[in-house]
Amino acid sequence: MNDRHLFPTILIFGVLAAVLFSGCAEVTEMGSQIAQDAGVISADQAGSLTRSAQVIEKTQQELTPEQEYYIGRAVAAKVLQTYPPLDRPQANTYLNLLGQSLAIFSSRPETFGGYHFLLLDSDEVNAFAAPGGLILVTRGMLFCCANEDELAAVLAHEICHVEMKHGLRAIKQGRLTEALMVVAAESAKQLGSEELASLTRDFEASVGDVVMTLTTSGYSRTQERDADAAAVQLLRRAGYPGAAMITMLQRMDERLADARGLGFAKTHPSAKSRADALRTVITDAKSAPDTVRQERFSAAMRSMPAGR
Amino acid sequence: MKIRVFAVLFMVSAGAAFAASMSVQVRNCKVRATPSQLGRVIGTVEYGAVVQAGAPQAGWYPVTTANGAKGWLHESALSKKPVAMRAGATDAAIGVSSDEVALAGKGFNEQVEAKLRADGTLDFTWVDRMMAFNAGPDQILTFRKQGNLPGGGQ
Repeated sequence: MNDRHLFPTILIFGVLAAVLFSGCAEVTEMGSQIAQDAGVISADQAGSLTRSAQVIEKTQQELTPEQEYYIGRAVAAKVLQTYPPLDRPQANTYLNLLGQSLAIFSSRPETFGGYHFLLLDSDEVNAFAAPGGLILVTRGMLFCCANEDELAAVLAHEICHVEMKHGLRAIKQGRLTEALMVVAAESAKQLGSEELASLTRDFEASVGDVVMTLTTSGYSRTQERDADAAAVQLLRRAGYPGAAMITMLQRMDERLADARGLGFAKTHPSAKSRADALRTVITDAKSAPDTVRQERFSAAMRSMPAGR
Repeated sequence: MKIRVFAVLFMVSAGAAFAASMSVQVRNCKVRATPSQLGRVIGTVEYGAVVQAGAPQAGWYPVTTANGAKGWLHESALSKKPVAMRAGATDAAIGVSSDEVALAGKGFNEQVEAKLRADGTLDFTWVDRMMAFNAGPDQILTFRKQGNLPGGGQ
């Protein structure tokens, strides 16, 4: 290539790089400045246009990890209003050791507040992943697992819901746009009482959207299948057999056979159909669980009250 | 000749784009000696801290922290945008507008949660207790070793 051709090529790459690195808002800002300089719009209009573009871009880019964290805390607090916590330190410590040793192999190992797990005092077979990594698992779900590998499969599935931000996707887009408009309109660091009240209403409604999905309506079938498939990869990266996902789902299918329409069965596609979907991707042979893993799992189970 | 100089300058500046300032977007994060969650911990960076990040490799950025420590941070801990207003923070170094800085760290935050607590709408006692369950890096390594779990770049 001679110099005559090189220069325009460099220029094009330079502009492309500028666009890639700057993002849409700054391009809009540039456009606003040009329009303003040309006398097409006023300075006020240019500022407003830029600000709106930033807000829209921000909602599209989703919430920051910090905002996700505060939504997740409120979602967990709300679920705990219906499902009381199970105050068994030994079982909760084991659950967190297992869950946190899996979460580090997630493709999103760092969230604002980290991954934390808590047992719920309920016989219902269920698990909830609040945004940001607060994962709640019922005693009934634990009793549904035969060993650590199967419990790891349950936790990996929930971690993948967090990683893919499925909970946040339940929030109706209008609420976020409205909330961020309030924030954008207020330039001071601390919000006034009126803005705070408005923002709190949007926040509560957003939390309500997520809780409704977790406890009543459920994620979409596609989201469940995506979480299952990602969970198998996560299990393998962490050294657990992917096949544990299938045995867990089979056990759940048997357990839920007489509980159709309740709890987990209500919010998830049938365990059988999920296991069938995974059989095509899981080819590793079933292996007997490690004895140390079996023993520590059994010890945690023994420390819990039996199901009613 | 001039054009060749320009080309070299462009390539240098493109390379410089990979040594960019990035902000820590999680509350705190361990800096690892190797690009692995099981790597040795050489320090911790806090929310809003600005680090100099090199070209990422398989989800990990080589970083230099404000106190000069060099290590690795996972991409999920970092943001190209500023994430917090910090006293004395050199936000100008990240090259963003004051509007963006004003937006950062606001929205659904502790101020909103404090209002829900004050109104008695939600009780965060058990949420706080569950946040306190933290397995340290050594505990996780022991847990994995005892459970005969292979892989993970150990």
